[in-house]
Amino acid sequence: MGDILVITEHLKGEFQDITFEMLGRAKEMADSSGGQCVAVTFGSMNGKAGELGAADAVISVGGSDDFNPESYAAAVQSVVSAKSPSLVLVGSTSMGMDIANTVATTLDLPTVSYCADINTSGSGFSCTSSMYGGKMNAVTNLDGPAVAMVLAGAFNADAGRIPGSPTVENFSADSGAGKIRFKQLNEPESGDVDITQSEILVAVGRGIGNKDDIELAEELAEVLDADLACSRPLVDAGWMPKAHQVGKSGMKVKPKVYIALGISGAPEHIEGMKSSSTIIAINSDKNAPIFDVAHYGMTEDLFDVVEELVEELE
Amino acid sequence: MKIVVLLKKVPDLVEDLEVDASGKALDTDDIKFKLNEYDDHALEEAILLKESGAADEVVAMAVDGADVDKMLFTAIAKGADKAEKLIDGNPADSHQLGKAFANVLGSESYDLVFTGVQSVDDRDGQMGPILASYLNMPCVSVVSGVSVSDETAVVHKEYSGGMMGEFEVDLPAVLGIQAAKQAPRYAPVSKIRQVQETATIKEVSMGDLGSGAGSSVASMAPPEKGVSAEMLDDIEDLIDVLKEKGAL
Repeated sequence: MGDILVITEHLKGEFQDITFEMLGRAKEMADSSGGQCVAVTFGSMNGKAGELGAADAVISVGGSDDFNPESYAAAVQSVVSAKSPSLVLVGSTSMGMDIANTVATTLDLPTVSYCADINTSGSGFSCTSSMYGGKMNAVTNLDGPAVAMVLAGAFNADAGRIPGSPTVENFSADSGAGKIRFKQLNEPESGDVDITQSEILVAVGRGIGNKDDIELAEELAEVLDADLACSRPLVDAGWMPKAHQVGKSGMKVKPKVYIALGISGAPEHIEGMKSSSTIIAINSDKNAPIFDVAHYGMTEDLFDVVEELVEELE
Repeated sequence: MKIVVLLKKVPDLVEDLEVDASGKALDTDDIKFKLNEYDDHALEEAILLKESGAADEVVAMAVDGADVDKMLFTAIAKGADKAEKLIDGNPADSHQLGKAFANVLGSESYDLVFTGVQSVDDRDGQMGPILASYLNMPCVSVVSGVSVSDETAVVHKEYSGGMMGEFEVDLPAVLGIQAAKQAPRYAPVSKIRQVQETATIKEVSMGDLGSGAGSSVASMAPPEKGVSAEMLDDIEDLIDVLKEKGAL
């Protein structure tokens, strides 16, 4: 079998966790299939190749340190064309989405999104995609070269976070047509609270139904001396400020206790809260994926539970 | 400034989802479909740009299917100027859907194409960058916040932890929209009825759909229950847990 290419991801000069998560699994699969695990770095990140010891080799495409959907995809495309790997792993992330689909479509390779698991299978690979908000798993078997988009948190980052001294090849890559120009990186607006520091979080999701009922969750947060958090749809609806959002595009939190009210548990949300010490989920849908990561659950109506709980505690 | 917004229906996740007899796909016989929520944001962002005077025309475009006319009339009721429906084909995946839109857009003139950043069923990839590759156009995904001038758009792309990348993009371009500047609006039923009587949906043949994704689903199943939650019977049990874990 050929090599497995891992497209590294960095922000502000640091490799992101997804990089090590992919490297760990890629190394394992490459070892069992006889190929090499090769990491692709951008900009000056080749200077940190020592952090990529899980890779047998590093290909540095150079270019800007700042992500650019067009130039990063063009660079990866020229590497994939030149090296013909058997599998390309890209994060199922904001940056990865632009790279993976562009490269795969242009080179006419299959793409498999939302991979929660990938294994070698015969002469190819078997990918399990988490679809329909985490309610279904779809298995795709790949017999030829393909691009797989790996969900954050699918694999253990520690397995790929190995210091070493992989060989670094400086690769002269394409940089695209220059139709997209990076302007600047904008830091998040600081909110009234930093939920990444909270010990206890009461988090509300779509199940809360309407804006006025968030008040009930606020009451619970008050009696528990907790902070209020939420899932993405509530921010998009304008019901909660962005600083309270937990998940893929929001904050990663790890409180002592995370109480999820009416949150179904889409993979994008789970990514932000699964490291909480204790997760308690209250959701009337007994099949909600949140119950797969929660330590404790209740399937009663969340309004009944919260009202009764607030009464008892007051 | 003309913006085309691509709309798609997806299974409503509040439904109980089951696998069909083939064991490879969702059983869609008895479930409800709704507009992909990110497509709804894409439509909202386009309408906001038109209302602010930055765009002149918004065209809603979708592939024919059950209740698609109503979805397109609703888009007009919300503020789109025109609706187009792609007929004579049945795209099987994101790649064929992308080809259908690319075929039709190839013979139209426009400045921006908006599509939802992703959908719950796009196993073979996301529409924005797939379509942009077919059209050989620039694309930025995970966009929340678009402003436009004559020949460029300035977009904000979301990263993790609330960080945003700001980019200037030459037009025409494709944008995968994550969120509009405000929550998508509702159209009153009376308005939709009125639109249904007055507006027309232009039908366009979608042309050759190509060979598709190049991979297929071997099997589909609900996730195996791993270490699932311990279910609590009543409030007393819940309070005990809160005490034990230090929340009280």
